[in-house]
Amino acid sequence: MEVLEKKNKNKKYRPILDGIPDWPVYQLSRNRKEFIEEVAQKSVERIRQLRPNRKQLLDDLEATVYREQQRMKRNRWRVDPPDEQRFWAGIKEKLVELSNKPDDGSGAEDKLLQRIVTRYANEIAGNFKPSSYRLARSITTFWFNRLLNAARVKKFGAIFRNKYTLRDKIQIVGKVKQLRKLARLGTIVMVPTHFSNLDSILIGWVIHALGLPAFIYGAGLNLFNIKIFAYFMNSLGAYKVDRRKKNLPYLETLKMYSSLAIQKGAHSLFFPGGTRSRSGAIEKTLKLGLLSTAIEAQRNIYLNTSEGEEPRKIFIVPVTLNYHFVLEAPDLIEEYLSVKGQDRYLPEQDKYGSFQLLRFLIKFFGKGSNISVSIGRGLDVMGNYVNDEGDSLDAQGRVIKTRDYFVSNGYITIDKQREDEYTRMLSHRIVAEYHRINRVFASHLVAFVAFEMWQQKHPKLDLFGLLRLPEEDQVLEYAEFRQACKRVRKQIYRLKEQGKANHATHLKGKIDLVIRHGMENVGIFHLNRPLLFNKEGNIITQDLSLLYYYHNRLTGYDLEKVI
Amino acid sequence: MTSKKLSDEKPVGVIGAGNFGSAVANLLARQRNVLLYARDEKTINRILNKRENRGHKMKKNVTPINDLKQLAHECDILFPIVPSSHFRNMMRQVSPYLHPYHVLIHGTKGFDITLPKGQTIESVTKLSRNQVKTMSEVIREESVVVRVGCLAGPNLSKELAARHPAATVIASHFNEVISIGKRLLRNDRFQVYGNNDLVGVELAGVLKNIIAIASGALHGMGYGENARGLLISRGVVEMIHLGRALGGNTKAFLGLAGIGDLVTTSNSELSRNFQVGNKLAQGMTLKEILESMDEVAEGVNTVRIAKKCADYYRVRAPITNTLYQVLFEDLTVKQAISYLMRYPLNVDIDFLD
Repeated sequence: MEVLEKKNKNKKYRPILDGIPDWPVYQLSRNRKEFIEEVAQKSVERIRQLRPNRKQLLDDLEATVYREQQRMKRNRWRVDPPDEQRFWAGIKEKLVELSNKPDDGSGAEDKLLQRIVTRYANEIAGNFKPSSYRLARSITTFWFNRLLNAARVKKFGAIFRNKYTLRDKIQIVGKVKQLRKLARLGTIVMVPTHFSNLDSILIGWVIHALGLPAFIYGAGLNLFNIKIFAYFMNSLGAYKVDRRKKNLPYLETLKMYSSLAIQKGAHSLFFPGGTRSRSGAIEKTLKLGLLSTAIEAQRNIYLNTSEGEEPRKIFIVPVTLNYHFVLEAPDLIEEYLSVKGQDRYLPEQDKYGSFQLLRFLIKFFGKGSNISVSIGRGLDVMGNYVNDEGDSLDAQGRVIKTRDYFVSNGYITIDKQREDEYTRMLSHRIVAEYHRINRVFASHLVAFVAFEMWQQKHPKLDLFGLLRLPEEDQVLEYAEFRQACKRVRKQIYRLKEQGKANHATHLKGKIDLVIRHGMENVGIFHLNRPLLFNKEGNIITQDLSLLYYYHNRLTGYDLEKVI
Repeated sequence: MTSKKLSDEKPVGVIGAGNFGSAVANLLARQRNVLLYARDEKTINRILNKRENRGHKMKKNVTPINDLKQLAHECDILFPIVPSSHFRNMMRQVSPYLHPYHVLIHGTKGFDITLPKGQTIESVTKLSRNQVKTMSEVIREESVVVRVGCLAGPNLSKELAARHPAATVIASHFNEVISIGKRLLRNDRFQVYGNNDLVGVELAGVLKNIIAIASGALHGMGYGENARGLLISRGVVEMIHLGRALGGNTKAFLGLAGIGDLVTTSNSELSRNFQVGNKLAQGMTLKEILESMDEVAEGVNTVRIAKKCADYYRVRAPITNTLYQVLFEDLTVKQAISYLMRYPLNVDIDFLD
């Protein structure tokens, strides 16, 4: 028996801006060359502020060259440009020359920095093209729809039907209306949770489905190694974030790119967790680099808006993506465990191939396994909620001026340390919002309860001991399991009332059905299922590490206390 | 950064005209005009007419006022210095007039507690960090102000008034707040240090009051310096363990706000907390003692709260526990001391690793 999701009322949204030429991201790409020059110019200025004397700068450039050469030796990717070895060799030569010479005041080191930074800016910059955007968009929609109809309606010829659309599979819930309003009033910075490589495509589709203009977004350069991804990402306005490069010029250029794009009104998106969650838990700490650019951009907007003009406001919109199934879960949790356990954990080899990917897509569209995307309430850059008019509100609902946070002695001031602190505060707010808007699925519930029950039955075992639990102990009696699920579900209801969590509508109703729904869906397409019923109707597992992964989704709510 | 000339004309506000509030107002008045908020008319008139408050001779440019709205409107920088039990209420009153550009540096060394419905501080058995807040946390919860700091360290009001050499710590996450505090308070007899561990410094300032009461009790029993040395060093260890459980770092306790303040208050008959202990040892009951004092001794409430936190977080806190029994149950000081002297744990330093 299938537990039905509440009738999906997702309707089609009209685009908020009519033509692509009106989109900020298009404006940005049309003036791509000028924009890159501006990014490079300002990055040089910023780096010179951070490294005011020549010696410091040269030291940093030397470190940069060294690291780049190490990277090229050890970790080259398909996307890396063929000329980069030549480029860095040239820089190195120049650098040696400069360090042996005393400062002649010619500013040669600035020119060298300029060359590096310009190269980085070109590397980072996205290349949004309306034609390929339209194409990519229609390809995804078309093929997803075909797959969906073919799989659902099992008749020959169903592949050409349009009974189901993607909107039936992917539910968008939360503050959609507000998001559409805010996108007209100001600049959106969307910050989703990150579990799977498919997130990037999914969120691109969501933005389109909501009738929003394309966002620029920071995507890991590794995704561009996969050609099909690269095509989509490029056409969707993605800029590239290369996590191998940790040198100062690169990081400053990247931040400058994001900051300037936001200042120019381009709606932006990045995954503030920095990388996919390895443990399966919702992000608890965020990377502050890109996040700080939103705050810096807002301050600059206030600083540069002349009197009488209305400064454009930046809105932070947290989003959680909720899955029953994460394709890469086995790899992710393995990585997590091997880092955490050092050598105490011996991962088994079991990789998924492209066959699994195809199987996943067909199964995904065929079965009742849905994805839901929850859109959080808009925040200002300080993490205050905003209302539909874009006004920031304090806890009592009074309107606050965001500008005042940057004011000191009556004037807007630039204070790096203050803004670092603001970034930290904002990151805490985003994490709290993630937990609040996270939609608990039945599959999360059963995974959490089962794993915690095993843990509590073996209180002396640490995590790694537990993961090696002998097979004869890997059984939970259904009646007991059912009671625990009931208690945890009740606690989730309570958390929802307190505004600390949210759940899918399918979590309600008869507990037996909810458990069945959860059991059928948890990690549904893995070769080894994290949870199954045995012949006696009790609960067993085929893969405890995977179960641990899906269980982690509900950590941080103190739910283990009610089991 | 902005230059000095911009708004040096704006006055600085002090909320609370108690002993320490008045001393701080006078310190600030050396640099700027000061508005001193007092709740009752009598205090205001006394300051206006006699230029005197709680034994302090108030400087000419300290103007007493009774209007929080006006205070918040005229001052960008405020120093709230009111007893912890009134602090949240005061914040609720002033909050509608505060903006994100305000800077608040408080000087209150106590905890705020929020109890579940139907519970009282007597009936509740354990307290967690969800219920116990420091003053900076109260400010953040009740207002839009984010640039918050605190003032801590050995600052006995009478000595400050007499211009004896002294120092204070301004703790804040914001360097901006620390440098404002330095600019406003520093003078040739008053040194100001900065610290970024806001909660750590607040906790050090609050928890040291427990040891101050205990020290007063030793004094009241007529014991000498060996006993005091013992108490202070064991006291620091206990403060650190408690402080860590409540979210502070060890370092803050080793500085001016921790050891500095602890040594001062544990040796000084000027300290109200010390007086409480002293009178306890002489056989007075808590009720009698509290009635005999004109201002709140924060330490009494702190003992009550810290004991229940220690129970919640399972921290070993023998001094706090026995002091709790002396204050609120019927253990005598003598019994308490003999219990502590037989306490089995005897590792000297166990907080550095």
